[in-house]
Amino acid sequence: MKKYKRLYIIIVGCGRLGAYLANRFSHAGHSVVVIDQDMESFEKLSFHFSGFKMEGDATEVQVLKQAKIKNADLLLATTEHDNINLMVAQVGKKIFNVPRVMARVYIPDREDIYRELDIETICPTTIVGDLVADMYAASFFDDNLEEGTS
Amino acid sequence: MNEILIVGGGKIVYFLTRMFIAKGSRVTIINKDKAECTRLARALKATVVYGDGSDPVILEEAGAGAVDTIIAMTPNDQDNLVICQLAIMRFSVPRSLALVSDPDNEVVFHELGISAFSTTRIISNIIEQKAGFEEIANLIPVGEGKVTLAEVILDETSPVIGKSLREIDMPYQSLIGYVLRGEKPIVPRGDTVLNAGDRLIVIALPDQYGQVISLLTRSS
Repeated sequence: MKKYKRLYIIIVGCGRLGAYLANRFSHAGHSVVVIDQDMESFEKLSFHFSGFKMEGDATEVQVLKQAKIKNADLLLATTEHDNINLMVAQVGKKIFNVPRVMARVYIPDREDIYRELDIETICPTTIVGDLVADMYAASFFDDNLEEGTS
Repeated sequence: MNEILIVGGGKIVYFLTRMFIAKGSRVTIINKDKAECTRLARALKATVVYGDGSDPVILEEAGAGAVDTIIAMTPNDQDNLVICQLAIMRFSVPRSLALVSDPDNEVVFHELGISAFSTTRIISNIIEQKAGFEEIANLIPVGEGKVTLAEVILDETSPVIGKSLREIDMPYQSLIGYVLRGEKPIVPRGDTVLNAGDRLIVIALPDQYGQVISLLTRSS
């Protein structure tokens, strides 16, 4: 009985987030392929990264096919461009039936549409924003409110 | 009045807008480049909105909710996909069209519910048609380019003249659908013999198209 499966993970975009995830998944023993248009971006990968690096534009179906997207268990689109991430995620989900797909987006007001299209999105703007707002709301504004009301 | 929203830039957008306006349409352009927006607004009787067409706020500002047609023709395929999806899903634009560079994206977009045409494929078809084979009078890709329909004229040098269709070894999944002999259209059968001057309507998959054409026009 296996407790966990060795996953095949494709990461599109080797920026800070992409490289961080690639390193983590690779260290955890999963097979990782990172795709980026810029070879230099692969310098962010750690010395111990044991996955594959592919130079290419992931909005080209040919590039995704070369990365053997049909076998992927997980596809993470983490480039700096929302629309690339959204397109790659949809192609992965709808055309290649990748079981789990995630797109990083910066512009939050389109999330509803991609939820409707069944694409998981993660938005750093709202995550960090909510975190900061909660932090200050808890430690600062609530105190003020209590002082004000008492 | 027909209302058209175009997202993109360059000379093509300029001339396309001019043509649409001349035909009586009202055109709004969304463009990311401030200087180009100024130029377009001066030169055309169109509304020009400065901004990113894949941003719902900009689409709203450009009146996407009231247009009949949206054409997404930025240089980036992924932007055109998102623009059309937003136009359909959020603004219920009745007709949308994306121009893409990568020919594979015609099929990809189609599967994602967006009609798309690849400028690369269109240009390549025109070049093939004009420059490649003089015998081909017409070349029409149908079904997003999945099938090619061509009109081939047989001249005296064609290796299939005097042969019946049965004797011609046509590639699998290709077909001579009609023979136009003078004014007379013939539905060909196995025993139909081909003559010089016949115009053949050939249906083939794009992959086999070249093979079919050389079989009919080149002496081996």
